[in-house]
Amino acid sequence: MGENTMAIDYKELKKGGFMRQKQKDCFSMRLKSVGGHFTAAQLGTVQKVAEEFGEGYIHLTSRQGIEIPFIKAEDIGAVKKVLSDGGVSVGVCGPRVRTITACQGNAVCPSGLIDTVELAKEFDKRYGGRELPHKFKFGFTGCHNNCLKAEENDMGIKGGMLPSWNKDACIYCGVCEAACRDHAIQVDKEAKAVFLDKDKCVYCGRCVKSCPVDAWQGKSGFVISFGGLYGNRIAVGKTILPIVFEESKLYKIVEVALDFFEKNAKPGERFRSMLDRIGWEGFRKELEAVS
Amino acid sequence: MSISANEFIDITDVTCPITFVKTKVALEDMEDGQILEVHLNDGEPVQNVPRSLKDEGHKVLDLIKKSDGTYTLFVEKHDS
Repeated sequence: MGENTMAIDYKELKKGGFMRQKQKDCFSMRLKSVGGHFTAAQLGTVQKVAEEFGEGYIHLTSRQGIEIPFIKAEDIGAVKKVLSDGGVSVGVCGPRVRTITACQGNAVCPSGLIDTVELAKEFDKRYGGRELPHKFKFGFTGCHNNCLKAEENDMGIKGGMLPSWNKDACIYCGVCEAACRDHAIQVDKEAKAVFLDKDKCVYCGRCVKSCPVDAWQGKSGFVISFGGLYGNRIAVGKTILPIVFEESKLYKIVEVALDFFEKNAKPGERFRSMLDRIGWEGFRKELEAVS
Repeated sequence: MSISANEFIDITDVTCPITFVKTKVALEDMEDGQILEVHLNDGEPVQNVPRSLKDEGHKVLDLIKKSDGTYTLFVEKHDS
């Protein structure tokens, strides 16, 4: 075997999270990240690899990931071993389901309406790394504040809350009217009446969270957007379904979306570009059949 | 409903998060069950301060919109 057979298979390395650098035979190693969480122990492993095999620093990516630059081609095997012994996996690149991102969600954040990190973990189990015509990004954001920018993702999932009002508990203080950013609520203190304009409601849950007597109760659910892009082309994901309450229904919707992408996209075509090319109507119909 | 407050605080001169900090500090100096009257601005303060007070266990009693667009909030201190 000649020296040429030693050539580096860049495509295979990229699949395994090794991003080719401009410096010869150096790779920026992408680590697996789910929901933006790393344990302190994992960080210890990352530190070790960066110091022993890289240049002693890491880069935080735009999608909650960690990359360790300046990993030498000949060290790849050793690096993988140290990482896996230390509980760290290598991330993915290329045409597949990418890093699943999340804000801290309702496990930590007072504004959160859904458990974003747990959902990201479940999504990673179900769909992480699945091969598709092009990259596909999921992002979870716990509420309407949208810290995680759901609509930038091929599929963004945002926590929402459908409010309902209990007349008997209400003290007509007017806090909900003031808290509602979309002017969907009117409180008539004199007449002791509360009016909710359902067309204006964006399911943010602020009325429920702010009501001092819990006269507003809410049902948590998922507001889903499709077709977000924030790279060469910029497009805001579109919400084409009503709020979804059941997690099981959410998975059905995801499966419809991924299957539709697989079936209809040209190789190297993003989800949004495919939808814009063939029209959104067929996709909407398939979604409505399961939701 | 006419409420008489034990203390008054104006937070129209500060922005988030100082709005809540100032209110919290004022409540800390008060007794359980006493009422604080808060003068606050429309927008971010009125959207967030009543909710933060609820999260801390205090009881919001009423919110009155004034003719100049600002608000008066009445909150009862609750140690929790």
